[in-house]
Amino acid sequence: MSVTVRVPAQLRTLTGGVAEVSLEGSTVEEVLKALEVAHCGFTDRLFDDDGGLRRFVNLFLDDEDVRFLHALSTPVTDGQTLSIVPAVAGG
Amino acid sequence: MKNDTANPTGSFKDRVVSVALTKARELGFKVAACASTGNLANSVAAHSARAGMVSVVFIPKDLERAKVVSTAVYGGHVVAVEGTYDDVNRLCAELASEHPAWAFVNVNLRTYYAEGSKTLAFEVAEQLGWQAPDHVVVPVASGSQLTKVARGFRELYEVGLLEEEPHVRISGAQAAGCAPVATAFAEGADAIRPVRPDTIAKSLAIGDPADGWYALHEVRSSGGAFAVASDDEIVRAIRLLARTEGVFAETAGGVTIAALAKLAAEGVIRQDERVVVYVTGHGLKTVEALVSLRPTATIAPSLDAFEAAVDVDGDLHRGDR
Repeated sequence: MSVTVRVPAQLRTLTGGVAEVSLEGSTVEEVLKALEVAHCGFTDRLFDDDGGLRRFVNLFLDDEDVRFLHALSTPVTDGQTLSIVPAVAGG
Repeated sequence: MKNDTANPTGSFKDRVVSVALTKARELGFKVAACASTGNLANSVAAHSARAGMVSVVFIPKDLERAKVVSTAVYGGHVVAVEGTYDDVNRLCAELASEHPAWAFVNVNLRTYYAEGSKTLAFEVAEQLGWQAPDHVVVPVASGSQLTKVARGFRELYEVGLLEEEPHVRISGAQAAGCAPVATAFAEGADAIRPVRPDTIAKSLAIGDPADGWYALHEVRSSGGAFAVASDDEIVRAIRLLARTEGVFAETAGGVTIAALAKLAAEGVIRQDERVVVYVTGHGLKTVEALVSLRPTATIAPSLDAFEAAVDVDGDLHRGDR
């Protein structure tokens, strides 16, 4: 499955300034592992020491927060967009 | 009660926006933007107009009419987004990446923005004769305000403006239809699960609160608690506050007053405590919540019609006001 990952400005230093990366994987977790292989450093920025997603990192598969789906195990299909979005204060 | 309904745009958001846009101008930004549940939109639009900045504010499209009008009147861009506040928030987080020259008050200027809420603690301490209260009840949307109120009291002590180290119990108020932080508190959980909001308290309708974890931590570590209010309880609390104190609060204020009443009834708030409740927005912003209110009577312009329709003496005898 080929998925487009959208990278926020704060993390574009890891991609050489690129905002979108095309990657393969069958779940959100696999896509993020592929992202780490393609651009080293993402795992540290996205996950805490216990392997959980950091508190200020939100992941959206197309328009849906993956926490409303199956979190990191959420399956992805060809052509979907996975957006990494930092949490923002309100309101 | 700390009454923030009387600020220039009718909510506590004038505090955070005042700080954020002062810094934005200092840093050379020409455009001010925000994601908002309404009150922030009002304030960013007004402050931008006065500061000579272009404003672009993003709101969920189902917002109360008054909040849309009292944003649009200042002449900036008001963009209604099809979705919840959390959708708006996500859009703005992404837009902030594409428009780094814009001052998104709650994204790239968030650190300054959040500082403004500390004045809610500073002023309360000053008004109490430079003492901290024993217990505060604060509404929770993103959780930023509660977190900064707690820190504000501590910082006053650190700089020497409070003689005694404050031990303020911090309690939070959420709407039953959007209570992700209160739920985590009740379950003893550390992680906050996002929810899809369904409440008349739209200014508190943030299903994925960015500072929720910090708010949860402040409430737990200070010995406070959370209470939630249903839509009916919100409306009753708005009317109770208006009837007894002469202050007309928006739905978020109804949530906070209802929470105060519950915490008192449950004994969380103790008789001997000096308690401050934060009422953070004006009722004219959310009149939709009170559409059932009508004139006491509609009469012909005659003495007889009045005397027949209205019993003022009866109110006096019952001790009502």
